[in-house]
Amino acid sequence: MSGIEKIQVVVTNIVRLNELVTRFEFKRTDGKLLPTFSGGAHTVVEMQDGEITRLNPYSLMSDPMCQRAYAISVRRDDEGRGGSLFMHNKVSVGDNMVISYPINLFSLDLRAKKHLFIAGGIGITPFLAQIKQLDRFNGYWNLHYSCRSESLGSYVDELTDQHPNETHVYYDDKDQQIDLVKLLEGQPLGTHVYVCGPKGMIDWVCNTASKEGWPREAIHYEEFLAPKPGKPFEVKLAVSGKVIQVGEQESLLEAIEREGIDAPYLCRGGACGQCETAVIDYAGNFIHRDHWLGEDEHKSGQKIMPCVSRFEGKILVLDR
Amino acid sequence: MSKFTFPESIKSRPVYGTLAMRDGPAHLLVADGHGAEAILDVATPIMMTKAHIIYLPKGEKFANRLRSLNPISFYSGPSYSAATSRLVKVLSDAKMGLQVYLAGTEGLIGQAQNAAMEAGIPHNAIQTEHRGSIARRMQCVHCKGITEDVEIDPFICEHCGLSLFVRDHYSRRLAAYQGVCIDAEDPGNIPKSKGIYE
Repeated sequence: MSGIEKIQVVVTNIVRLNELVTRFEFKRTDGKLLPTFSGGAHTVVEMQDGEITRLNPYSLMSDPMCQRAYAISVRRDDEGRGGSLFMHNKVSVGDNMVISYPINLFSLDLRAKKHLFIAGGIGITPFLAQIKQLDRFNGYWNLHYSCRSESLGSYVDELTDQHPNETHVYYDDKDQQIDLVKLLEGQPLGTHVYVCGPKGMIDWVCNTASKEGWPREAIHYEEFLAPKPGKPFEVKLAVSGKVIQVGEQESLLEAIEREGIDAPYLCRGGACGQCETAVIDYAGNFIHRDHWLGEDEHKSGQKIMPCVSRFEGKILVLDR
Repeated sequence: MSKFTFPESIKSRPVYGTLAMRDGPAHLLVADGHGAEAILDVATPIMMTKAHIIYLPKGEKFANRLRSLNPISFYSGPSYSAATSRLVKVLSDAKMGLQVYLAGTEGLIGQAQNAAMEAGIPHNAIQTEHRGSIARRMQCVHCKGITEDVEIDPFICEHCGLSLFVRDHYSRRLAAYQGVCIDAEDPGNIPKSKGIYE
């Protein structure tokens, strides 16, 4: 199997936090302990939605040292491909599900003297685990958390109760904004900044920090891309000797998996590089959407990340 | 001659570049000997309005020229250890975005890089440029003693007296190359010393 090891779990609790966000808690079905993880890790949740198998990554937000249960928080996306709607509408307490072992593509750099967290909306989830991890070691951190409104501020109460001095919350509907330049300027040497939230926020923080002279190694971000729907296309898989159709609502990776072909993956969000696939031949245009390949590689027509990227054209032959 | 092209070597060996000004709220420039010339090359009046310079002349006569660049602070001292308290002070007062430029001998670059790393700057965010002496700071792997300014290979460890072969194996943590006993297998069979790059 090309993905990573799976864990059979049962849904033990579902908590609706607000209009958009719901928390799901899982325990192992065999009653054993779950593996510990490191703050920032995610798990890939398998959803059996009728004929379709969805595999969506969600950040683990529970205490990384707690082995009894995992928790994730899922924001409902009415426009998305349906993974979050499935979680919100079709999952009940007592259901058996399959999740992956934790994978961390957004870990803390423990050499940092201080950790500066910047979260937007549901982007708060990896930080909840990282904060629990740092608290155990008396780590030095600050959180700047931007939410749409008080009613949509997931975990704001918990954070401000437990960490009143470290937590700073900003509400869009009150026109409160992070004064980013001022915030970055005042940070002591050895601070690392971590950002998780919408793409615009990630770009804003990464670009501003580099402009302020922050080293690349001190800037960390995580953005899971959901594969976007697009026009159906045909792909020839040279190694497997199959010609497959990629539907409008599925990703290239999902189409490859549907055909029973063992393809590698980890994050399924264009970030980790695991699913990188060589292109043997093509006639048409790539729609690259990943963060993994460089601009040159995107232009080269030699590589594609099938988890989020698509193709429009006549011929696409992949080394898979 | 203050510039030297080091021969290609193993991955462990540090590679030096050419200092270039990068944007940031403050600049720290540290140099010894002919490293002053690299500072003079990169310095601009705007950069100097937010720059600190720490210089170890080691017999060279660049101090006045550096001072007349008018940085926020200028320190000139006899040795790296004499300059340490100033270096640590500048680093501990600094905020994120500080740009660090190191120029001169490998020993100075390595030790100042180490101090900047301890202050929390990732090592590859620190700019370096080699100028002047090609001497190395060597650690004896046997007695762990450091011998500064080694120009010949093999050389005699100042601490334990063994004849040491000069390796390209470098320790960033120690800011030193590794020196290994050259006649361990055949005591007394010590080749004649020559310049490290001869």
